[in-house]
Amino acid sequence: MSRYVPPVIRAEGLLKTYRDVVAVDGIDFEVPAGESFGLLGPNGAGKSTTMRMIGGTLTRSGGVLEVMGLDPETHGPEVRAHLGVVPQEGNLDEELRVRDNIIIYGRYFGLPRSYLRPKAQELLEFAQLTDKADSKVMELSGGMKRRLTIARALVNQPRILLLDEPTTGLDPQARHILWDRLFRLKEQGVTLIVTTHFMDEAEQLCDRLIVVDHGRIMAEGSPASLIREYSTREVLEMRFGADRNAVVVDAIRDIGERHELLPDRVLLYADNGEAALDEVTRRGLRPHTSLVRRSSLEDVFLRLTGRSLIE
Amino acid sequence: MVVDAHEVASRRTHPRQFGGLYAGNMRAVLERGFIVLAKQNWAIVASGFFEPVFYLLAMGLGLGGLVGTVTGPGGRPISYAAYIAPALLATSAMNGAVYDSTMNVFFKLRYAKLYQAMLQTSLGALDVAAGEIAMALVRGLLYACAFMVVMVVMGLVSSWWAVLMVPAALLVAFGFAGIGMAATSYMKTFQHLDMVSFLLLPMFLFSSTLYPIAVFPVGVRWLIMAMPLWHGVEMMRQLSVGALSWATAGHLLYFVAMSVVGVTVAARRLRALFLR
Amino acid sequence: MSDATDPTRLAYSGGVGSPLELAARARSFGWLRYAEHYVLTMRAFRWPLALQSFGTPLLYLVAMGVGLGALVDRGAGTVQGVSYLTFVAPALMVSTVMMGAATETTYPVMSGFKWQRLYYGASATPVSPGQIAVGHLLGACVRFVIQAVVFWALIMAFGASHSPWSVLTIPIAVLGALAFGAPLQAYAGTLRDEGTAFNFVNRFIVMPMTLFAGTFFPLTSMPVYLRWIGWVSPMWHATQLARRASFGMPEPWWLTVVHVLFLVVLAVAGVTLARRVYTRRLGE
Repeated sequence: MSRYVPPVIRAEGLLKTYRDVVAVDGIDFEVPAGESFGLLGPNGAGKSTTMRMIGGTLTRSGGVLEVMGLDPETHGPEVRAHLGVVPQEGNLDEELRVRDNIIIYGRYFGLPRSYLRPKAQELLEFAQLTDKADSKVMELSGGMKRRLTIARALVNQPRILLLDEPTTGLDPQARHILWDRLFRLKEQGVTLIVTTHFMDEAEQLCDRLIVVDHGRIMAEGSPASLIREYSTREVLEMRFGADRNAVVVDAIRDIGERHELLPDRVLLYADNGEAALDEVTRRGLRPHTSLVRRSSLEDVFLRLTGRSLIE
Repeated sequence: MVVDAHEVASRRTHPRQFGGLYAGNMRAVLERGFIVLAKQNWAIVASGFFEPVFYLLAMGLGLGGLVGTVTGPGGRPISYAAYIAPALLATSAMNGAVYDSTMNVFFKLRYAKLYQAMLQTSLGALDVAAGEIAMALVRGLLYACAFMVVMVVMGLVSSWWAVLMVPAALLVAFGFAGIGMAATSYMKTFQHLDMVSFLLLPMFLFSSTLYPIAVFPVGVRWLIMAMPLWHGVEMMRQLSVGALSWATAGHLLYFVAMSVVGVTVAARRLRALFLR
Repeated sequence: MSDATDPTRLAYSGGVGSPLELAARARSFGWLRYAEHYVLTMRAFRWPLALQSFGTPLLYLVAMGVGLGALVDRGAGTVQGVSYLTFVAPALMVSTVMMGAATETTYPVMSGFKWQRLYYGASATPVSPGQIAVGHLLGACVRFVIQAVVFWALIMAFGASHSPWSVLTIPIAVLGALAFGAPLQAYAGTLRDEGTAFNFVNRFIVMPMTLFAGTFFPLTSMPVYLRWIGWVSPMWHATQLARRASFGMPEPWWLTVVHVLFLVVLAVAGVTLARRVYTRRLGE
C-alpha cells in the first residue's frame, strides 16, 4: 500500500490573471489516477479557467501545473492526447452527422479510419445514440448532444476526462442518464475532473472535491466529510413571509447550532430538525411552511461564503 | 384618463376583415421597424446605396468607353451609362426588397421567433406581413431617391417622366417583397436561402440590364421576358427617357398583379404557419 | 443497447497508440486533419456547390462574354487585340474564385470561433491553433481548385482560349484566392461580433475590386487617378497573370514578376497573421 503513485494532475500555486482580474488565485490540488474529482463553485469562480489551463488551451500566469507529469503549456499536444474534453459550450459540428462528428474528432488525434469506424459504433452504443448515428446533430436534443460530446471525447481512449458543467441546461431525466454513463467510465478507471455549480451533481459524481470561490479554494474533502465538517446533520427551512423572516430570526437565535437568513426563508442548522421545529412552535412562532432535510453541499457553500451557489 | 387595455385591444381587433388576418394595426409593426432602423448602423444603411452607384460608375464610364452608344427606347441612341442606369435602379430595388423579405424575414421567423411573439398579441398575420413589406419599401424609397440624384448629377435623365422612376422603383420592390416573403415561409434551412441568390444572379445578368436581349435566340428571349426583372428594367428605361407606350402599361400591370398575388400568398402562409 | 461489451474495452480497447505517438503525428500533420474536417463539411453541401461551381461560370460567360461581348465588339471592336469574350473570360474566372475566397474566409471563421465553436473542439485535441488556421484555408482551397478547374473547362468549351498555357489560369486563380483569402481570414479571426463587418468587406472591398480592378475593362480605360485601385488589388494582379496565360496579353516581364510576387507576399503574410490571430484567440 505504501507504493507511491504519482498524481495524474498536480497544481501548485496555480494562477491566472486577466489585466486587473484574478480568475484563479494560486490554488493547489492533486488528483490521483482513477479518482473522480470535482470543482464546486458558483459561476465565475474560476472553474472553467482551471479546466482550460489543464488542457493547455489557456496559458497560466503563474504556478506549477503537471498533467501526467507534463507541463500542458510546453507539451500541449502530448497532454491533450491523454485528455478527453467535454466543454461547457457545445462545439459539435451541426452540419455533420452524428457518427461523422466522432470520426472527424478522432482524426484530430491522428487515428486511422480503420480504428475509428468500429470505435465510433462502440461509442454510439455507450452514449445510447445508435439510432441517431446517421441523423444530423441539429436534430438532437440537448441531452443527446451532451452525450455525443462525451462519446466524442472518449475517442482517443483518454486517461482523464474533463467535464465542464456536464449537466447544465439538461432536464432531470437527461441528467440521470448522463450520470449513469459517467459512473460506468469511472468504473473503468477513467479519471474524471468535473466542474459544477450543482451540489447534487457534486454529491453524485465526486469522490473528492474542492469548493472554489473567487479563484480560491475554500475547502477540500469528500462530499460527506465536507458536510460533516461545515454543517449539521439536518436543516430546518422555514418561511414566515418575506417581511417577517428577519424579525423572527432574533427570537430563535439560540435554537440549533447556526442559522442563515435568506431573502425568502430562514435556515436553522441542527442535528435534530424536528426537535428544533418543536422548539420554534413552542415559542409561539408559526411558519407558513416548514421543511426538515439533510444537509447538502449547498449548505456547506453557504457557510463558507455566505452566499448561495445559484443566484 | 385611464386607458382600458381590453377595450383598446377589442377595438383594434374589431374590423376582422380578410378572415381575421388583419387587425388594422400595421402601425405597431412599423413602429418597431423604425426603432430598429433608427438604431441600425447608418453606415451600413448608406452602404446599400453605393452598390448600384459603383456599378454605374464602373460599367457606365469604364466599360462605356468600350461600348460607345446604344440604341435606347424609342430608337434614339443614348450613352451606355444612360442605358444601364435605369436598369441598375430596378435591380437595386429588386435586390433590396428580396434581401429584406427573405434573409431578414427568415432570420426573424426561424431564429428570433419575432413573428410568433407578434402574433401572440392582437396583431393579425396581415398586419405583420404588410408592416414588414412597408418597412422594406421605406428603405427602398431612400435608395431610389438617392440614386435618382446621382443620375441627375451625371446627366443621365432626359425627361421629366424620369421623376416617376421613384414610385416605379417602389412598385418593383413591392412586387418582389411579397413574393419573397411568401417564398420564405416555405424555407427551412439556410441552404434554401442560397437558392434565392441563385435566382437573382441570372435575372440580373440576362434581363437586358447590361446589354439588349436581341443577342439571344427567340426562345431564350421569351423566357427572359417572362421574368419580372425584365419588366422592371424596361419600365424604368422607358420612363428615364420619356418614351412611353402601351408596353409601359403592360410592365406596370405585371408588377401590380405580382404585388397582389405576393401579398395575398404571404399573408395566407403566415397564418398557416402560426394560427394552426 | 449493448452494455454487455467488456467494460474495460471502452476506455482502453487498444489500437490507439501511445499519447506521445498521437502528439507526434499531430505536430506534423495536424493542419491536414482540420482541412479534412472542412472538406467533409463541404460534402454536406456538395449539390448546391456543384450547381454553383458549374452554373456561375456558365451564367457569367454567356452574359458577359456573349451578351455584353456583342455590344463591345460592335463598339470598340477588340480589347487588347482580342474579342471581348477572350478578354473577359480569364478575369471572370479569377474574380469568381476570389469571391468564393471571400465567402470561405469570413462567415465560416466566425462560425469556428463563435457560432459553432468548431475551432474550440479541435483545439482540445493535439491539433494546435496555428494548424487550425492553415487547415481551414487549405480546406477552402479544395473548393477554389474545383471552381477553377470547372471554370477553365468551360472557357475552353466556349472557345475563349486556344492556348495550352491557359491551364496555368487554374493555379493563378487559386493563388489569387489565397492572397485575398488569407489576410481576410486573419481579419475575420479578430472579429468578436458578426455585426456589419462582412457586409462592409463585401460592399467596399470585394465589389469595388471586381468592378474597378480591371475585370471588365482594362485599367487604362479609367482615369489615371483611379488606377491605383487596381494596383493595390490582388484581383488585378491575378487577372493580369491569367490574361497573360490565357491569350498572351502583352506585358513587360518585370510586371509579370511583380504580379506573382505581390500575390505570394500577400498570401504568406496572410497565413502568418492568421496563425498568430488564431493562436492568440484560442488561447485566451
